[in-house]
Amino acid sequence: MTDQVLKQITFTINGVKRSLAIDIRKSLAEVLRQDLGLTGLKQGCGVGECGACSIMVDDVLVDSCIFLAVWADNAAIRTVEGEARDGKLSKVQQAYVDEGAVQCGYCTPGFIMATTAFVEQCEGKTVSDDEIRKAHAGNLCRCTGYQHIFNAVEKSMTPDDPMPGQDDHPNQES
Amino acid sequence: MAVGKSVKRIDAVAKVTGRARYTEDFFEPDMLTAKYVRSTIAHGRVTAVNTDKARQIEGVEAVFTYEDVPQTTFATAGHPMALSEVHKDVEDRLLLTRDVRFMGDEIAIVVARNELAASEAAGLVEVEYETYDPLIDPEDILAQDARPIHEGRSNIVGEHNYTFGGDVDQAFDQADHVVEGRFATAMVQHCQLENHIAHAYMDDLDKIVIVSSTQIPHIARRIVGEALGMPLSRIRVIKPFLGGGFGNKQDVVLEPMVAFLTLKLNGRAVQINMTREECMLCTRNRHPFYIDVKTGVMNDGTLVARDMDAISITGAYASHGHAIAAAGGSKQSSLYPKAATRFHARTLYANIPVAGAMRAYGTPQVIYALECATEDAARKIGMDPVEFRLKNVARQGDINLLSNKEILSCGLVECLERGRDFIDWNRKKKDYEQFKTGPIRKGLGVACLSYASGTYPVCVEIAGSRIALNQDGTVHVLVGATEIGQGSDTVVAQMVAQTLSFPYEDVLVVQAQDTDVTPFDTGAYASRQAYVVSNAVFKAANQLRDRILAHAGIMTDEDPKHLDIVNARIVDNRTSEAVMDMKTLAIDSFYHKERGGQLTAEISYKTTTNAPVFGCTFVDVTVDIPLCKITVNQIINVHDSGVIINPVQAAGQVHGGAFMGLGAALSEEFLIDPESGYVYNNNLLDYKFPTFTDVPPLNHDFVETFEPTSGYGNKALGEPPVVSPPPAIRNAVLDATGICINTLPMSPHTLFSAFKSHGFLDGKGGQHV
Ligand code: FES
Ligand code: FES
Repeated sequence: MTDQVLKQITFTINGVKRSLAIDIRKSLAEVLRQDLGLTGLKQGCGVGECGACSIMVDDVLVDSCIFLAVWADNAAIRTVEGEARDGKLSKVQQAYVDEGAVQCGYCTPGFIMATTAFVEQCEGKTVSDDEIRKAHAGNLCRCTGYQHIFNAVEKSMTPDDPMPGQDDHPNQES
Repeated sequence: MAVGKSVKRIDAVAKVTGRARYTEDFFEPDMLTAKYVRSTIAHGRVTAVNTDKARQIEGVEAVFTYEDVPQTTFATAGHPMALSEVHKDVEDRLLLTRDVRFMGDEIAIVVARNELAASEAAGLVEVEYETYDPLIDPEDILAQDARPIHEGRSNIVGEHNYTFGGDVDQAFDQADHVVEGRFATAMVQHCQLENHIAHAYMDDLDKIVIVSSTQIPHIARRIVGEALGMPLSRIRVIKPFLGGGFGNKQDVVLEPMVAFLTLKLNGRAVQINMTREECMLCTRNRHPFYIDVKTGVMNDGTLVARDMDAISITGAYASHGHAIAAAGGSKQSSLYPKAATRFHARTLYANIPVAGAMRAYGTPQVIYALECATEDAARKIGMDPVEFRLKNVARQGDINLLSNKEILSCGLVECLERGRDFIDWNRKKKDYEQFKTGPIRKGLGVACLSYASGTYPVCVEIAGSRIALNQDGTVHVLVGATEIGQGSDTVVAQMVAQTLSFPYEDVLVVQAQDTDVTPFDTGAYASRQAYVVSNAVFKAANQLRDRILAHAGIMTDEDPKHLDIVNARIVDNRTSEAVMDMKTLAIDSFYHKERGGQLTAEISYKTTTNAPVFGCTFVDVTVDIPLCKITVNQIINVHDSGVIINPVQAAGQVHGGAFMGLGAALSEEFLIDPESGYVYNNNLLDYKFPTFTDVPPLNHDFVETFEPTSGYGNKALGEPPVVSPPPAIRNAVLDATGICINTLPMSPHTLFSAFKSHGFLDGKGGQHV
């Protein structure tokens, strides 16, 4: 590869600073998946139609397949890999699990980021059903009909459970 | 009790964290990329191919054309091998073709070190053609002098006839009324979110490993062997997590090619990762149908006769084509078992993309026509459409006259009653009387469905399960049942937990298929998975339970009949006292120097029954005449799928199916140029499958019956929910407007023509209503 197509860029990825030489023709999705091995984000179209590749760049939700990696120089990037911490799922992730919002799971990493961005933007506000639907209209899911995803988004917006550890979907023998 | 509970999906955490690995997430060092060179015409023959320029591109390792591939045709349909000639799949495919049969046909393939080089080189392969008029319209395809799309074969791929329930002509003669209708459905696409992708490499001189996003790993293994003339044991297929299939991956699409390429390239890893546009155009989709239906009905509401004549278009290659119409037609006998019924279908080749298996396999097309025709019959005699159905649909104890089997479980009547209550049918029917004129109209609609729980007796139904006790007292389960997102691994774990009396968390399922390792099962299709695996799992879990108790008996010097497993502990069933925990038993079985061994059980089981399932959709719609727009205000699907193993997962299947049905009803269709065969909308922007803002809240309900032929009382559920929404919506639009829209989808375009021809619109944007 010639020098003209390589460029050194620096960004933080899930809170960790990285500096690397990237092929300037690559999308951020390609750099994250191929160069950094962050395969959580998925690609269902590669041209900004499906949202499976959604990630956050400086707190804004983007389709990483149509976001050039060079644009991410000096940015703070969040991907699905950074959402679960210390063996614990994020509230959004937990809501998707609890509400049965995951089927094949291919749209899931993108949806998790879309909901996370939405929840963070709407903190403290009340939102309508339409706002929930519109905020996720850029993410396609072919399995769920969006119903359980809708429920998961609603659940992600509820104030924290005063009694953590309570399990409202019992899965123990009883 | 684990069965019947909404336990969390076994793979949910892996998926929400992005740690679940799909085919694209596995790479081999130095893996090559392959790109097809596709035809730019729909019908013709290649007269010359020049690959010189392509080979000069930096990074290109090889170019193969139709001249370089084995010349044995093979069948791609993901069916079990048929021992009888009648059910044999049509062998009409080569790895690359000189005869072009649809726009996008595969003429050559370029292999390069990276995707850019491969794409660039593929664009530089020069192809010259002799061109023929594309055959797209059924009339042209069936014309006496039509060119055979496959040399030496008729353009009719298959023809099917059924008659049951007595003399059909006589029944029509005696009917008080005969109602006729003509219906057409569009070619729609699965649009599973993960495109087709596979790679292959060799890990020995004569052994190929294929990693593929497939619903049918064991079948893929056999077909690759057939396509390449290699023994099956030299081919290993690994299926990682799968991003949806809906039937599109119940076909062998990429596996033979990647296997061929690695063979040719000295065992190097080669991947094909289809773009969305390629995946939509060049894999499979749903057969468009043209159907004429005649219904004979008595004044008292008895359905006495039915005659259906269907044409199904399979496109350029047979794939599943020959089986789809037959399978779809056969569902009538379990839905309306008493009417004298005749079904005739012809499946045709055409120069359009290839149709194959798609969720519910011919049934959505047939039931759409059937349930529209049923509605028309009810209206003819002025009977309420729900009452009409209640009078005629199957009930438990009826005989399915096509299979000559008794229907052992059937909750359809209750499904209809519950749906009617939910939608508030009687009240709204009256309320909506005032919305039958003017620009905004309202209506209610209903449609029923029946489906099967597998493919027997057309195909073998075989499932395998192996369960092993781990040293920590948990179990690992291996099944050939193929998880594709539908949740089969979770329900398998629930079944094992139920029978072993283990906590659900202590049952682990090996979550990848590997044909060298997993027991034989033909894969995920026909909504068969939970039904056919249930018997294998039930038997294997019972076998392991006996072995665990036998070992407990040896350890405790007790007769095993006095021992039991309760919540993963060995219990004395006379006193209910715990004797030991599972870990203690496991450790003894593994490490005691004289007794025991690893405790395992393995069953391969053939199911020789096929339980019919039932359901219905109720909808409440508003039709905006000037906007030519249908709004679904409310929708509910009610299903009898036997015992519901996992209510939340089952609801997810129903919602997903209803959503796909909504798309097929209102917006989804391949726009194919009738002259050239060009597809205008093979991408997710122009192909309109519903987004989050396009679907109403989706409702569901289950009427739980117990199916005695199933290990846990469960029946099929994956596909049925897609079937009944389109006719229910069509019937609601009829209720609202008085117009029969007999073409899918009921897009604004279709509505505009219909409203115009009925004088509702003047065609210049004005309205007459
Ligand atoms: S892959 Fe980026 S939007 Fe589809
Ligand atoms: S869960 Fe399969 S695409 Fe959303």
